[in-house]
Amino acid sequence: MKLIVVSAGLSTPSSTRLLADRLAEAARDELAAQGQAPSTEVVELRELAGDIANRLVTGFPPPRLSAAIDAVTAADGLIVVTPVFAASYSGLFKSFFDVIDPDALSGKPVLIAATGGTARHSLVLEHAVRPLFAYLRAVVVPTALFAASEDWGSGGDEYTDGLPGRVRRAGVELAALMAARPVSEEPEDDITVLERQLADLRFD
Amino acid sequence: MQFGIFTVGDVTPDPTNGSVPSERERIKAMVAIALKAEEVGLDVFATGEHHNPPFVPSSPTTMLGYIAARTEKLILSTSTTLITTNDPVKIAEDYAMLQHLADGRVDLMLGRGNTGPVYPWFGQDIRQGINLAKENYALLRRLWREDVVDWEGTFRTPLQAFTSTPRPLDGVPPFVWHGSIRSPEIAEQAAFYGDGFFHNNIFWPADHTRRMVQLYRRRFAHHGHGRPEDAIVGLGGQVFMRKNSQDAVREFRPYFDNAPVYGHGPSLEDFTEQTPLTVGSPQQVIDRTLSFRETVGDYQRQLFLMDHAGLPLKTVLEQLDILGEEVVPVLRREFAKGRPADVPEAPTHASLRAVREVSAA
Repeated sequence: MKLIVVSAGLSTPSSTRLLADRLAEAARDELAAQGQAPSTEVVELRELAGDIANRLVTGFPPPRLSAAIDAVTAADGLIVVTPVFAASYSGLFKSFFDVIDPDALSGKPVLIAATGGTARHSLVLEHAVRPLFAYLRAVVVPTALFAASEDWGSGGDEYTDGLPGRVRRAGVELAALMAARPVSEEPEDDITVLERQLADLRFD
Repeated sequence: MQFGIFTVGDVTPDPTNGSVPSERERIKAMVAIALKAEEVGLDVFATGEHHNPPFVPSSPTTMLGYIAARTEKLILSTSTTLITTNDPVKIAEDYAMLQHLADGRVDLMLGRGNTGPVYPWFGQDIRQGINLAKENYALLRRLWREDVVDWEGTFRTPLQAFTSTPRPLDGVPPFVWHGSIRSPEIAEQAAFYGDGFFHNNIFWPADHTRRMVQLYRRRFAHHGHGRPEDAIVGLGGQVFMRKNSQDAVREFRPYFDNAPVYGHGPSLEDFTEQTPLTVGSPQQVIDRTLSFRETVGDYQRQLFLMDHAGLPLKTVLEQLDILGEEVVPVLRREFAKGRPADVPEAPTHASLRAVREVSAA
């Protein structure tokens, strides 16, 4: 079972990556409690920024980006975290999903999360990030995790759990979807896929 | 094995001095490049077909007819002929006409073209691209093979008792290659008919080229045209050479960095590593080109793109001298080594006529 974490944080260390790691830990803990031990890999988009731009202008991915795309495509569950830029996901975050096959995420459990300077941005997850993954036909877990600056230094209030509680809830939701998902089979080689697509094509 | 060049026919500013050739200069340069190809012993010249600026070659058979009159041996081809937006009736006529004028030194490579706005200029719709390629080619084949055609389809008016003239030279239709980069449907179309498949790999990694050619070879055999290794494969390539590889890199870098197709993206070093582009000494070009065989198996046609990225004509002609004198003779010798005797050569008018005579006897 493979859990892939995509972080679009730009600084080192970044709060986006910190949130991504905490979410991954929560999901892993829950899966471990169910006797599962997923492998985890983090895709840092900052390291792929040049490759993503080159892919956009050439049409093919450089090797390192290609490996990242393969990892995301083969994942049993995804955690994707973006900083909020100009009232939406960052351009780098969007560009990464722009260069992935639109069918690659179909049916995949995805936990969406974002970081920002103020909680006033928190609905970015609902009006920008969730529709993106809905378009990609991913299965997005109900709890979307927004961490504003203030969340890192405060607990919850009478209306909302604090960050640790929300992280745990989101991790549990992702783990439940991943555990319920049939074990993915080895992907078919490309030729087999092409041949199947061609089987319906008739010439003359 | 055949070696040659193909040209897109783009008008691109020379980034080192900003000069832009006029359309007339570019068209005349394409002709000069074709004549040079024959002079230095290459086998094939192929021109693109485009109907929008900054490209000039909208009328390939006009250009190829002119070149035919000024050459003796060169095979004249296209890269590509738009099977989607051209009326197949006109393709059948134009290329049969060219066959007669060029004494059979004609084949063509069909492609779809990929720019949406071009289609409606010819009354078509890019969303029907694959269907147009299928129907139009099926009709084109009949027009070349049947003297009188009754036909009805989706994309043009029906034909009743129609004879395309002139008939193909010696009753032998031009050999057809199907050019594609990404579409498995086109590899399938080539395999279905037992035609050639040209993978224009110049902007793509070898792994992708391998998969597309493997698919074509496997389907070629599936459709009963022979063994996978009997399939007819062509590849592209693009090179820039100087005696010393450092000189080649230094001279070509400003052209690479500003080229409309790959400029402002990856570095020259990354791009040469990930695609067939080779910038260096003639020996480096030889080594790189020979490695294509490891990717696709023994193949039939290798075309190089030489007049790209705004290079001046003088430089392109120098490149063709190096290609013809130092590179291709070695490639002919080395590709012949270890090539099984039963791997076919690319069909020519003479070989197809011979097959026809045998089957008629």
